[in-house]
Amino acid sequence: MIFTLHIWRQHDANSQGNFEQHQIDVSEDTSFLEMLDALNEQLIQTGQEAIAFDFDCREGICGSCNLVINGTPHGKHRATTTCQQYMRDYAGENELWIEPWRATAFPIIKDLIVDRSAFDRIIQAGGYIEIRTGSAPEANTMPVEKHIADHAFDAATCIGCGACVAACPNASATLFVAAKVSHLGSLPQGQMDHQRARKMLLAMDEQGFGGCSNYRECERVCPKEISVSNITTMNKLLYQSS
Amino acid sequence: MSDFELDSQTPKGSLENRWKQHKFNLNIVNPANRKKYNVIVVGTGLAGAAAAASMGEMGYNVKTFCFQDSPRRAHSIAAQGGINAAKNYQNDGDSVWRLFYDTIKGGDYRARESNVFRLAELSTSIIDQAVAQGVPFAREYSGYLANRSFGGAQVSRTFYARGQTGQQLLLGAYQAMSKQVDAGTVVHKSRCEMHDVIMIDGQAKGIVSRDLVTGELETHIADCVVLCTGGYGNVFYLSTNAKGCNASAAWRAHKHGALFANPCFTQIHPTCIPQQGELQSKLTLMSESLRNDGRIWAPKHQQDCEKRPEAIPEHDRDYFLERMYPAFGNLVPRDIASRAVKLICDEGRGVGHAIDGKKLGVYLDFAKAIEKFGLDGVEEKYGNLFDMYQHITAENPYETPMRIYPAVHYTMGGLWVDYNLMTSIDGLFAGGEANFSDHGANRLGASALMQGLADGYFILPTTVSNYLAQQTPIDITKSYPEAQQTLQACQAQLDRLLNAPDPQKTPDEFHRKLGQILWNACGMAREKAILESAISDIQALRKQFWQQVKVTGSDKTLNQTLERAGRIADFFELAELMCIDALTREESCGCHARVEHITDDGEAQRHDDEYAFVSAWQYSGNVSMPVLYKEELHFEFVRPTTRNYK
Repeated sequence: MIFTLHIWRQHDANSQGNFEQHQIDVSEDTSFLEMLDALNEQLIQTGQEAIAFDFDCREGICGSCNLVINGTPHGKHRATTTCQQYMRDYAGENELWIEPWRATAFPIIKDLIVDRSAFDRIIQAGGYIEIRTGSAPEANTMPVEKHIADHAFDAATCIGCGACVAACPNASATLFVAAKVSHLGSLPQGQMDHQRARKMLLAMDEQGFGGCSNYRECERVCPKEISVSNITTMNKLLYQSS
Repeated sequence: MSDFELDSQTPKGSLENRWKQHKFNLNIVNPANRKKYNVIVVGTGLAGAAAAASMGEMGYNVKTFCFQDSPRRAHSIAAQGGINAAKNYQNDGDSVWRLFYDTIKGGDYRARESNVFRLAELSTSIIDQAVAQGVPFAREYSGYLANRSFGGAQVSRTFYARGQTGQQLLLGAYQAMSKQVDAGTVVHKSRCEMHDVIMIDGQAKGIVSRDLVTGELETHIADCVVLCTGGYGNVFYLSTNAKGCNASAAWRAHKHGALFANPCFTQIHPTCIPQQGELQSKLTLMSESLRNDGRIWAPKHQQDCEKRPEAIPEHDRDYFLERMYPAFGNLVPRDIASRAVKLICDEGRGVGHAIDGKKLGVYLDFAKAIEKFGLDGVEEKYGNLFDMYQHITAENPYETPMRIYPAVHYTMGGLWVDYNLMTSIDGLFAGGEANFSDHGANRLGASALMQGLADGYFILPTTVSNYLAQQTPIDITKSYPEAQQTLQACQAQLDRLLNAPDPQKTPDEFHRKLGQILWNACGMAREKAILESAISDIQALRKQFWQQVKVTGSDKTLNQTLERAGRIADFFELAELMCIDALTREESCGCHARVEHITDDGEAQRHDDEYAFVSAWQYSGNVSMPVLYKEELHFEFVRPTTRNYK
């Protein structure tokens, strides 16, 4: 399969970026990132700098990879991270435009790599349950109804990739915050901290993310299919705590 | 390097009381004095994040580092199956003693009894801790925690969170650590890689790191250093590890005198998706839980290997695990299953894509399970795994059997540590997969998460405190000549990588070749002559690497090619040590199958009289001439027997 690639290159946070054009010939069983690996091997061979992009586990769970492919965060195949896209999914598309996440709170570091540490700072503001190591009670002393545990689990599957922010016209991190608030706040052990949602939303504002206007683009691109109903859960908890 | 006595600091007395008594004997630091001490933790996966969170809570100043863009991305996140704990919630006869026994036996009697017992003992507290943090383990309709039997265990002691147990436990540890970042006791730096240990008067007193964004080399001083930097499976190039996993931190510590234990003990996981092509960058694991209901088979006759599996009638299929191991069938331990699959493919009965002219794959078939539980039943249990398989291979496993082949998954070897998890360098600790301690020659399923968290939450905070109590706090604001010298040595290494005399090949080209050599010689079957020729091949390729490696870009900016080249340089040296270790161990045990030491019915033959020891290797100044120290293993409570899964 032969593709014409238009790839965003940008030397560092302060320089101007532009699309660079390349050709590549790969088999259909190649994953999207392996296709970029192959391109990078060619670039290094010809004395050029490799294209910088984030990746690690390559099995869709670590949340590192983050490419906008033809305008869609994580690309064409829904509910799938960039690393789990395969070139066979792009049969019939000759041109691929590959860009980084674009949001004020995610400044570009180099080429396709952005700085997502703002997400860490939101978690630091309250995305945890206060329990000291060693002071936990016997695990089965507090049963949790299965439907509540399942709901918490669904919210907890967020991988913190930031696609929700990249897709949102407001570059809002509301779905990311809501997933964590809903995960911890639905469980009995997480209900002590009534201020969690408030603290995390405040941190979200401070980090430069926008607010939510119910576009629901976040849900559409989320590789883990985190539902916007978590935002409702968060708002309920926020209302109860005020 | 000077000679020294290898002392494991293992306590004596009854097994149940060893850890309790040892904790009492250790020194502690008064809460008011803890803020005077600085601790560096490198790597923030399960072990590192748990250790940092716990030591931060205690009041130490903790500085953490990870090469990823966030601690939440560490490869612990990819563990699918679960975590063992001797809770006996199922009332099926489980106990700390049974978990201890299973782990020692599973490790083929090549681990320390004291360490393994402590691990089993702490397993129950880990579950309590994780549940209190909000880790959403699977529950029954009653609201109580659910368990499953996993990896051939005969009791149900595995706690799980769908197929994402590692993710949920890591997020628990990451959140606990984030709380301490907010409290100011932990200072974390992402996108930052350790390049070397700073040694002052024979003690580990800091690290040199490279900021992967600016390229800047920095020195960090502390009272001690804890390495939780994971395993080295990526030395094989293709493995189930994340692409960034590397051995560099452990290896650079090794070159300062930290002994490296059992480097050849590498776990090959039987159920991975086979390689599809030349460009493949990693292999994907399919959870072991699939073997609970899936049946593994290959065609009886070579001429059937080209056929579609549906076209091969029942009587022409060889359910070889069920045939060879009637008692355990498809649930035999990982090393035994892997070897059997290799055997079948070596006989020419493999299926699927041919790599280098050989078909490497066998079928994992769910037809029987679908018959029994219905399509819905199978979907409910394994839906996410089936989807993942279909996505990667474009084949529908509900209709056609999956293809699987073993792949490198976990490294039981690692930095040698004593009972306190301290390496042979004073003040340098190692936790999680980075150390060698608990799994012997083979790790049981659902035990890696358990060990990482036991080390991080419970053992390191106690033993590091004991060490600190005996130290006068170091002045971290002062400048130390040793730090500057180490930094300069790191810069020299970077310059060397960037300026090879005859740059021709990319770092990955070298890595792929190294991986092939190692997989053939030090993979599922090992043989004297092949290991010997691999050692000379590795030496030659390493020489070529330093002559011809081509790294573009500079060291003053983000440069992933340079990062990779540095890690591969260390893999080249480690690979040789792995082969030397495999060559020296003239027996078969666990994952280590020496062709010369196989019984008549094809089983691993241990030589307990000669090899019941841990091989701990010391760097001598020459990578090819390491010095072997033996830590004899004494079995006071469990009598080593031949593992028999027939």
